[in-house]
Amino acid sequence: MMELVKNGVDNHEMVINMGPQHPSTHGVLRLELVLDGELIKQVRPNIGYLHRCFEKHAEVLQDYAKVIPYTDRMDYVSAINQEHGYVIAIERLLELEVPERVEYARVIMAELQRIASHLLGIGAFGLDLGAFSPFLYLFTEREKVLDIFEKNTGARLLYNYFAVAGLMRPLRDDFKGDVAAFVKSFRPKIKELDDLLSYNSIFVKRTANIGVLPAQVAINYGASGPVLRGSGVAWDLRKNDPYSIYDRFDFDIPIGRGEMGTLGDCWDRYIIRVREMEQSLLIIEQALEGMPDEGDVMASIPKRIRPKDGELYVRTESPRGELGYFISSDKTAAPFRIKARAPSFVHLSMLPAISKGALIADMVAIVGSIDIVLGEVDR
Amino acid sequence: MSALTAEQIVEQLNTFLGEAELELASGAVGQPWIQLRPEILPAVCLFLRDNEAMRFDSLMCLSGLHYDKENELGVVYNLHSTRFNHKVNLKVRVPIENPHVPSIERIWKTADWHEREAYDMLGIIFDNHPNLLRILTPDDWEGHPLRKDYVQQAFYQGIPTT
Repeated sequence: MMELVKNGVDNHEMVINMGPQHPSTHGVLRLELVLDGELIKQVRPNIGYLHRCFEKHAEVLQDYAKVIPYTDRMDYVSAINQEHGYVIAIERLLELEVPERVEYARVIMAELQRIASHLLGIGAFGLDLGAFSPFLYLFTEREKVLDIFEKNTGARLLYNYFAVAGLMRPLRDDFKGDVAAFVKSFRPKIKELDDLLSYNSIFVKRTANIGVLPAQVAINYGASGPVLRGSGVAWDLRKNDPYSIYDRFDFDIPIGRGEMGTLGDCWDRYIIRVREMEQSLLIIEQALEGMPDEGDVMASIPKRIRPKDGELYVRTESPRGELGYFISSDKTAAPFRIKARAPSFVHLSMLPAISKGALIADMVAIVGSIDIVLGEVDR
Repeated sequence: MSALTAEQIVEQLNTFLGEAELELASGAVGQPWIQLRPEILPAVCLFLRDNEAMRFDSLMCLSGLHYDKENELGVVYNLHSTRFNHKVNLKVRVPIENPHVPSIERIWKTADWHEREAYDMLGIIFDNHPNLLRILTPDDWEGHPLRKDYVQQAFYQGIPTT
């Protein structure tokens, strides 16, 4: 007891560890909670359990192209989006043109992946709060997306499919048909999800007015993606800092409105993901229309990547937010430095700011609502 | 008010500092950057965030680098203004024997964990950071993995690391 008092813990406080093996921390994350009864006085997130030296690997592999499969393993539930950001960065470094068919195929796959990732995020969020069945319904839908990926890339989770200025292998002839069939079958399911989870009163009670993140705090912490939009800021890199061919598509940016409680609460962050899936479907439909049927997707891949010297920071909108790559090249075949700026890393750093004074049970809702993937936090 | 080019930003910064000490540098490809002395970094950052024409409200990324040939460590800051949609990159370089860079955690909270990461991975010491502890590796890890001359310790708490 004396020891504890010396360490600055008073009689009313208790320090407990949530994790690293807690089911609702979505991976190996340890939260040190300083508690007064059920109330959280302080949170200290401890990360690094999944650190696999992505940035060091990127340097020692001596080849820009060999890094692509490693990017898959950062945010392993949206691997396509991680690859997309990386290949765009390398293409800008090499000042390469990308064939139209490749650009359209990438956008379609990136948006399918965004849907798959949000389905998992939403499903797991519901699961954390005790809603078991939506998780199963959503996984059925996610399976359909993964089937399309499996058919075309050969893998279900970690694809290694995007190459610099191309794709690793040709698309199957029925790619467009498969995607169109998915879009058609998936649209009514969003309505089903709204009935089942979004407006379920138990779910609303657990998420509304919890973990409120004001817009100014969000921007200062560098929040992005659904977390920032949940606070009412219309900010989407696909529109505000367009990359690839996103400037050709017509879609909206859903933002939080405080519909169920306070602006920027857990429910707002949740509903953004649901609305975003609808927008992704719109983008996919437009891309299917514009995508050329003919074209070799492998012809333009450079045999050898050796950029001139220079530095750049390229960011793309991953399902979790702003995924950035800072790349420094020194004219050799090996990257001098690659830094990945992962949205989950930034969002997790906000946790102490938004969970002070919450209950332990709400902590689960808050962690679920910022939808972190620990592979990306620890890299 | 509208988006400024990198040249205009440098010009305004030089006016703010009272002398023409900053200039734009760039490689053969990619984006230009402004290199500055570490001592003036916090003042420049505050100016960039709060000046009416600048409004750099978001720090997109902060990366540490090891320039092994020059025996220096560096930090690159990528800034962006969500209001005016302009960007600027800052860079500081410090000798490896005395790698002190002022912390900008108070200006952009994004820097908090990113500075801890740069400290952990490269051993850059951010002065006045409230909680400069290792973040990705364990507290008692030896060395800084992203340095070019890093050799991984053979054992960690008696456990072989390879």
